[in-house]
Amino acid sequence: MTKLKEYPIDGKYGKFGGKYIPETLIPAINELEVAYEKIKNTLNFKKELNYYLHNYAGRPTPLYFAKNLTDYVGGAKILLKREDLLHGGAHKTNNCLGQCLLAKKMGKKRIIAETGAGQHGVGTAMAAAVLGLKAEIYMGSIDIERQKLNSFRMELLGAKVHSVNSGTKTLKDAINEALRDWITNVKSTYYLIGSVVGPHPYPMIVRDFQSVIGKEIKSQLKKFTTRLPAALVCCVGGGSNAMGTFYPFLDDNDVSLYGVEAGGLGIRTGKHSATLSVGSEGILHGMRTYLLQDKYGQINDTHSISAGLDYPGVGPQHVQLKDIGRAKYVTCDDNEALDAFFKLTRLEGIIPALESCHAVSYAMKLAKKMRKEQNIIVTLSGRGDKDIDQVIKFSKKYISGGKVGDFSTK
Amino acid sequence: MISRQSNRIEKKFNELKLKKQKGLICYVMGGYPNPTSSKKIITSLIEGGADIIEIGIPFSDPIADGPIIQEASFRALQNGITPDICLNLIRKIRKTYPLLPILIMTYSNILQKRGFKDFMESAKDAGTDGFIIPDMTIEESKDYLYYSKKLGLASVFLVAPNTSDFRIKKTLEVSTGFVYLVSVFGTTGMRNSFNNYTLTAIKKIKKLSSNNNNISVGFGISTPNHVKLMSNIGADAVIVGSAIIQMVNRYKDNNIDNLQNRLKNYVTSLKVACSET
Repeated sequence: MTKLKEYPIDGKYGKFGGKYIPETLIPAINELEVAYEKIKNTLNFKKELNYYLHNYAGRPTPLYFAKNLTDYVGGAKILLKREDLLHGGAHKTNNCLGQCLLAKKMGKKRIIAETGAGQHGVGTAMAAAVLGLKAEIYMGSIDIERQKLNSFRMELLGAKVHSVNSGTKTLKDAINEALRDWITNVKSTYYLIGSVVGPHPYPMIVRDFQSVIGKEIKSQLKKFTTRLPAALVCCVGGGSNAMGTFYPFLDDNDVSLYGVEAGGLGIRTGKHSATLSVGSEGILHGMRTYLLQDKYGQINDTHSISAGLDYPGVGPQHVQLKDIGRAKYVTCDDNEALDAFFKLTRLEGIIPALESCHAVSYAMKLAKKMRKEQNIIVTLSGRGDKDIDQVIKFSKKYISGGKVGDFSTK
Repeated sequence: MISRQSNRIEKKFNELKLKKQKGLICYVMGGYPNPTSSKKIITSLIEGGADIIEIGIPFSDPIADGPIIQEASFRALQNGITPDICLNLIRKIRKTYPLLPILIMTYSNILQKRGFKDFMESAKDAGTDGFIIPDMTIEESKDYLYYSKKLGLASVFLVAPNTSDFRIKKTLEVSTGFVYLVSVFGTTGMRNSFNNYTLTAIKKIKKLSSNNNNISVGFGISTPNHVKLMSNIGADAVIVGSAIIQMVNRYKDNNIDNLQNRLKNYVTSLKVACSET
């Protein structure tokens, strides 16, 4: 039987993935595929990427036993993989450094990227700055409004930010616009996709660069226990931190994998981003995957308290994992995420990104049902500084008149 | 076996060759700005001299399209245009023009959502002759080609200026009706002028193709001079979309007669250029 780690086969994860793109991009995609296969295992590339990951970005990130949270919940041990401590404030930097370095080896000097919450945009701007590349970032005008700070950070770092006013003016439209730029400037430009989405080979490349998360977890865990973790829990928008965490464990069948999607205001309201939970098969952004769409195949608006999960598609490898039952995909709504935000903040002194709070929230539910000697690992994909405005806006329960109320976890 | 319906495209190209004319393919957004006007718009294009009509089915995420067609898609969807409304429009046009070649241009997900089989059967039933799907690659086209063949629908694939010789040959083999040469690096939309690479691309594909292949050039073409330029190099037909859509986008008053007249005159000026080569 084919091991799960061996996918993609012919660019596909089961029947998902593939390449559905305008013909102009075919030479670029083929060039990328060939270059990546050639460059990825060279000593020179591995050394250079490792250098930047360790000395510049701060890897390895800690695997932290959240004792206070564990005691509060009661049940399995909860450990946090601290991608929030990575340079840039999120796991995105792993992929940005990897792909920018790859682009440089391919002789591409102009990098374009899309961004939703702005974390991938910031990561791209940083990696481009340090590696001497020119970066242009596409961001929906509504997202720029929601994440002004990140858009400003990108500009500070020397990137040009293009405001996207088409369609829903959010992440999916930023991807459309980046693809249009790429079609226009295909010879000179490298498109740096920020998640495990898009046409083959992107879902594979992004997964590979993010797999450093799972690999580190495997070796760090040895300090705590000889056993593999009982469960891995990650948030899923496009699904890059989750795929990077899951991948090294795919063929360890005793490890349960949980992807947590944004339940938004509740699945029944239709205002959510729970693509795997309630979406259906479709074709968008170069891939066959699951989509949130209407009965005619038009892509739906999505909602989440966290802009980083606000995407109507999902990485094709996640669809395969769901289809064969290897991973389970669940949802966590806005309120549950906020609740987890405050719990982690107060109990552990960690301000997490709202994206990551979805994973923390589900891990707490899961831990309660599990035994004390079992371990749950949550990938804390990013830090929450960028979300403070959002938290103030949505957490009237905890904050009134600009002051934090007497929320207590004791 | 190619059915009679798919033959409308072949027949048209044969007829044009006999008349020593180049073909004029006109694109409209189905049901836009509304279903009634849309039918009238198509009528004026045909009366102006369009040889083949491409009807766009709006999609929420049209990555191959520039701002003009994006705006039309967006507004069509806001006005509630569905694939079924577009198929009904085709049915009506077909009744009036039994010999007119009609193609649907849309994105993969519109077919995927209903299922390639169902969607293509409905399209065939409405009187469609084939499909142009800009995000459908040869690699992913197994189902699409299977039903195209089975139903006798043309499957028009696209070729770009940077497509390799090997791939052009493969595309010439699988593409039916015609091959769509994308003239520029970029999305749909009017261009003032064309670079040499466009002309090189036309020459290259002509050299690689046989007499059975019809090469239609599109993206950016909007003036009679453009038409002559492409024709002189060897294009068998030209495709005009954004220039037509822009006239429709700008149509704000309710004077449909005025728009029809302008469209008809515009198309005639292009068709005249098609006949002068």
